[in-house]
Amino acid sequence: MAALKFPEDCRFLPETHEWARLEGQIATIGISDYAQHEIGDVVYVELPEVGEQLQAEQEFGVIESVKSAFDLYAPLSGEVVEVNTALEEHPEWVNEDPYGQGWMVRIRVSNPEEWERLADAETYRRSVEEG
Amino acid sequence: MDSEASSPLRKTPLVEEHRRLGARMVPFAGWEMPLQYEGIFAEHRAVRERVGIFDVSHMGRLEVLGLDACAVLQRLVTNDVSALSDGEALYTVMCREDGGILDDLIVYCIHPERYLLIVNAATREKDVAWIRQHLWGDTSLCDRTEETILLAVQGPRSREVLEPLLSRRLAPAKPFHFASDEIAGIPVIVSRTGYTGELGYEVLGPAEQAIPLWRTLLKAVQEAEGLPAGLGARDTLRLEARLLLYGQDMDETTTPLEAGLSWTLAFGTGFIGEEALRRQKEQGVRRRLVGFQMESRAVARHGHPVYVGEQEIGMVTSGGPSPTLGVNIGLAYVQRRFAEVGRPIEIEIRRRRHPARIVRTPFYRGSFR
Repeated sequence: MAALKFPEDCRFLPETHEWARLEGQIATIGISDYAQHEIGDVVYVELPEVGEQLQAEQEFGVIESVKSAFDLYAPLSGEVVEVNTALEEHPEWVNEDPYGQGWMVRIRVSNPEEWERLADAETYRRSVEEG
Repeated sequence: MDSEASSPLRKTPLVEEHRRLGARMVPFAGWEMPLQYEGIFAEHRAVRERVGIFDVSHMGRLEVLGLDACAVLQRLVTNDVSALSDGEALYTVMCREDGGILDDLIVYCIHPERYLLIVNAATREKDVAWIRQHLWGDTSLCDRTEETILLAVQGPRSREVLEPLLSRRLAPAKPFHFASDEIAGIPVIVSRTGYTGELGYEVLGPAEQAIPLWRTLLKAVQEAEGLPAGLGARDTLRLEARLLLYGQDMDETTTPLEAGLSWTLAFGTGFIGEEALRRQKEQGVRRRLVGFQMESRAVARHGHPVYVGEQEIGMVTSGGPSPTLGVNIGLAYVQRRFAEVGRPIEIEIRRRRHPARIVRTPFYRGSFR
């Protein structure tokens, strides 16, 4: 558990373990190091297409481990502007580098105030460690 | 299948050993079992390329004893128990009168008045009740599950791992043969059986010496660059080898003929279900269990419908990644006229159709034979 990463520049949906990183109006979204560790070997990621609208705290995709499928929830609302299509060939990147190469979608945020409602790294770390 | 009963989970005598090794423990068929230690892919590869050790003590271990034990079993199970000599085992199913499968199991002939049955964890109580109903003459049934443990050492290096530990330095050479022996002074039965498609052995030992037996075997496995492996890898390994999982690929509503297990049917031995299955064989089955390979990256799972064009032709019973082949595979019951190797099919996953193709099985042939 000590080795899990909680980057300071990310904010989190603590219930479902997605992260977002905001640069200007563009947010990058993925799942946390804790989530990939819990899910185990990722074998498939089903993501939305460019142009689709995500709603905060609504499902936007599915991630599959060897044993089961998990819904992905959007930390923020906005329009999908880029999808990490490389995950089709390399789903293991979600395990190996969840905050880097394992990112899932980039959106143009439509409601920047939602960022303030997300948990910061320290709050999320505590929620995970307290189980 | 999982029986999510509210009663507390059963624990094998090794539950603390698994926790110490960092296993992720999950409920399975009423037992608290290790799903994975290092990771399902790593454990899968270890078994295919080297060796792995599994605690499979959740499996039921039943003894049928007495003068009429052979005759009782000959009626209860579909395969020919009377053909077994001492030290030989066979894979079989146990059917209802209508041919529906009650369980699949391995029957070990210790001698003609003493047989050991290894049955599924989820069906153990049902099996005990069914077998008791069909005992006659001088026979009795003993449930030995609690007083024993069962470990599986599987993989191409399993023989070299196991043999130096055995007091006679020799493991059973032929598949489905077994022998009594000792490991570190602990009395065991070693059988050349498994659920991975690889060369492998299962070791039955006394529960009170579970920890020294596990540690002795684990150490030897690790020295051969092997890993402890959990139920996750067990499932991907058995699927690649097309070994069926009761409760998923077969149950009381499916028959051995539909499941591709006709080779376990010893017609003429008078087993329960023989008449119904003879009729089904003459008339032909309506559906058949086939293997398929996905042609997209999507993962098919139990319960997903199978289509040809707009017609629903069947249902997925098992599905998942094949770590060895690097594609997603599965098993499905499909209407017989569509059950041919090479046929394109579609699997509906989350309301979207994904292309797949019926392929020859086993998907992967390991070192078993």
